[in-house]
Amino acid sequence: MEFVFFVEVLAGGLLAGVMYALVALGFVLIYKASGVFNFAQGAMVFFAALTFVSLTEAGWNFWLALVVTLAAMVLLGIATERVVLRPLVNQAPITLFMATIGLTFVLEGLSQMIWGSQPHGLELGVPDVPMEWLSQRWNVNISQFDLFAALVAGVLVAVLALFFQKTRIGRALRAVADDHQAALAVGIPLQHIWAIVWAVAGFVALVAGLMWGVRNGVQYALTFVALKALPVLILGGFESILGAIVGGLIIGATEKLAEVYLGPFVGGGIESWFAYVVALVFLLFRPEGLFGEKIIDRV
Amino acid sequence: MKRKSLLVAVAALAAGAYAGAVAAQAKEQFVPANFYWVGPYAPGGSGASGGMIDYFKLLNARDGGINGVKLTWEKCETEYRNDRGVECYERSKKKGPTGATLIHPFSTGITYSLIEKGTADKIPIVSVGYGRTDASDGRVFPYVFPLITNYWSQNTAKIKFIGMKEGGMDKLKGKKIVNIYHDSAYGKETIPVLDVQAKKFGFQVTHIAVPHPGNEQQAQWLQVRQIKPDWVILRGWGVMNPTALKAAAKVGFPSTKILGVWWSGAEEDVIPAGDAAKGYIAAGFNLPGTKQPVMQEILKYVYAKGQGELEDKSRIGSIYHTRGVVLGILTVEAVRKAQERYGKGNSMTGEQVRWGLENLNLDAKRLKELGASDLMQPLKVSCLDHEGGGAVKFLQWDGKAWKVITDWIPSDQSIVRPMIEASAAQYAKEKGITPRDCSKEK
Repeated sequence: MEFVFFVEVLAGGLLAGVMYALVALGFVLIYKASGVFNFAQGAMVFFAALTFVSLTEAGWNFWLALVVTLAAMVLLGIATERVVLRPLVNQAPITLFMATIGLTFVLEGLSQMIWGSQPHGLELGVPDVPMEWLSQRWNVNISQFDLFAALVAGVLVAVLALFFQKTRIGRALRAVADDHQAALAVGIPLQHIWAIVWAVAGFVALVAGLMWGVRNGVQYALTFVALKALPVLILGGFESILGAIVGGLIIGATEKLAEVYLGPFVGGGIESWFAYVVALVFLLFRPEGLFGEKIIDRV
Repeated sequence: MKRKSLLVAVAALAAGAYAGAVAAQAKEQFVPANFYWVGPYAPGGSGASGGMIDYFKLLNARDGGINGVKLTWEKCETEYRNDRGVECYERSKKKGPTGATLIHPFSTGITYSLIEKGTADKIPIVSVGYGRTDASDGRVFPYVFPLITNYWSQNTAKIKFIGMKEGGMDKLKGKKIVNIYHDSAYGKETIPVLDVQAKKFGFQVTHIAVPHPGNEQQAQWLQVRQIKPDWVILRGWGVMNPTALKAAAKVGFPSTKILGVWWSGAEEDVIPAGDAAKGYIAAGFNLPGTKQPVMQEILKYVYAKGQGELEDKSRIGSIYHTRGVVLGILTVEAVRKAQERYGKGNSMTGEQVRWGLENLNLDAKRLKELGASDLMQPLKVSCLDHEGGGAVKFLQWDGKAWKVITDWIPSDQSIVRPMIEASAAQYAKEKGITPRDCSKEK
């Protein structure tokens, strides 16, 4: 029984980690291409999910609402590049980071101004309840929706990997990520690339928003999921898509096991900060994260 | 001479205009509307502020105010943050002809921040269904009013409800109850009273913390699954509530055995959880709906004229909206009571309204006159007891609406009152406060 329970906690943690990884992917994409830590990723998740759910509640067809929301996210990405990033080209990374903090508040306010601040329910047709056969046979509760989310994350990573490896734009993105100046020198339009990567991050935000929206409802608190992605990024590395997934799995499993097995000895409620403890320990030994690029500066 | 006459006339006119302005000003009663309309807790703040202001608009439109004194208000966004709450308080406390009538902080944290300030400024801090529980002892907290029902009272009513469901209080012996709480001062507030009740009735209680904001609860609900409790008490706020209901469904815990605090019992807490919320039960000190006469009047005098506060009309009569109407009723009746003593048709100061609150007696007859019999419970406040009510009704979510499933269940004051007095006495000792002698209060 104890072992079954352990397996259940571990499986639940790994699947929760997949959900964190979905958010972390958005951060990775932008950091990889532009070196900007996009603080607004959580707000983008909120904006995407709220737009989608508001459209469906207004009677729009599911797929139409999805396409229109995706278009909105692409437009948002392009607008961000034009209005926020382009004027700040060649500025220090901290300046760009501060700009994304500003963008966070603008997006949060804009979302609530357009769609209101009321929470919404969201269903995607996959119930968030345990699979009966697994429950009855092994007494292990694994949610159908968690598995669905894991599948979605897997497909997303595969699509992104193909996009980066096999398409022209993807190769250009990698070139920009490697060296802005060199990419410019060979004629890669930096601004277009940034707009594309922000649009792709918007798409990832939409997927993450839908998954988290089913789990918690679509409401302002979706912006907080970004906090769950930070330790994942520290651990997995800011530039690695694979790192986001592996980091998510490690963080998810560790925090759940810690909450269940260590929490009761210290009053409980430790999972939110324990994830950061794990990430900080990793920082001590591998500052670039598990899959991050080692940066060597000449001095 | 002509010039002198002209000057005198101008001066007389100016003086007259000033006197008129003062007189006009004196016919106003200012109530700060310090709530929150943005951020994670906006549904609660916007709903309650909407209800309170709607009630003020009704009074002004239908009755011309309170004995001719029009109600005025000004909104200030607190964002549910203590620093912003204090800033809004400072900004609003001197507004209106007599300053702030009273403050509804609508946040336990802000209430704590304002207790000493309100007492020093002689402005009542009214925390209906939240705030500092031991402030129910009016001898130590003359300017703080946790009216209607405090957290400890509510909790004893919850255990009574569980006892009723189990077939009697004696049947609680050996039962297991898990208390899932928001890991904050608000969430921890009921741990002591639950422990006392566990000892008294012989049930086993396990407290499980959920870190803020509560959007991930898998580990906590797996612990629940392992403990296999008979009941779970949910003490959540905001996103923690729907997430808890979803997580409960994920581990197969029945929603009909989850009992929420009233901050976990609004439409906004259950709609995002979808089917997982069906059958879930929550405590309530105000009831939803638009059938009550006072709600009908609000529809007629306010919304029919396009002056309602809520843009989304589906929220009219929701839990948070009617909670706001209750806040409005309490405010108005306290001012009315104060006017009985200090002069009908005059604006009341915070100090005078404090007396009105302390002598508030909303019995069944008065509630009927107000059209609010099916909205709230009768209450009688006194110097000794700043709570005044103490009873709770339980509501069950049927997937579309909250259904009332009990009558008012009184709290167990044999447990609550001694705890309140002990805690208040400790506070008085720490702060060097000499408790009032209530027999000398008039």
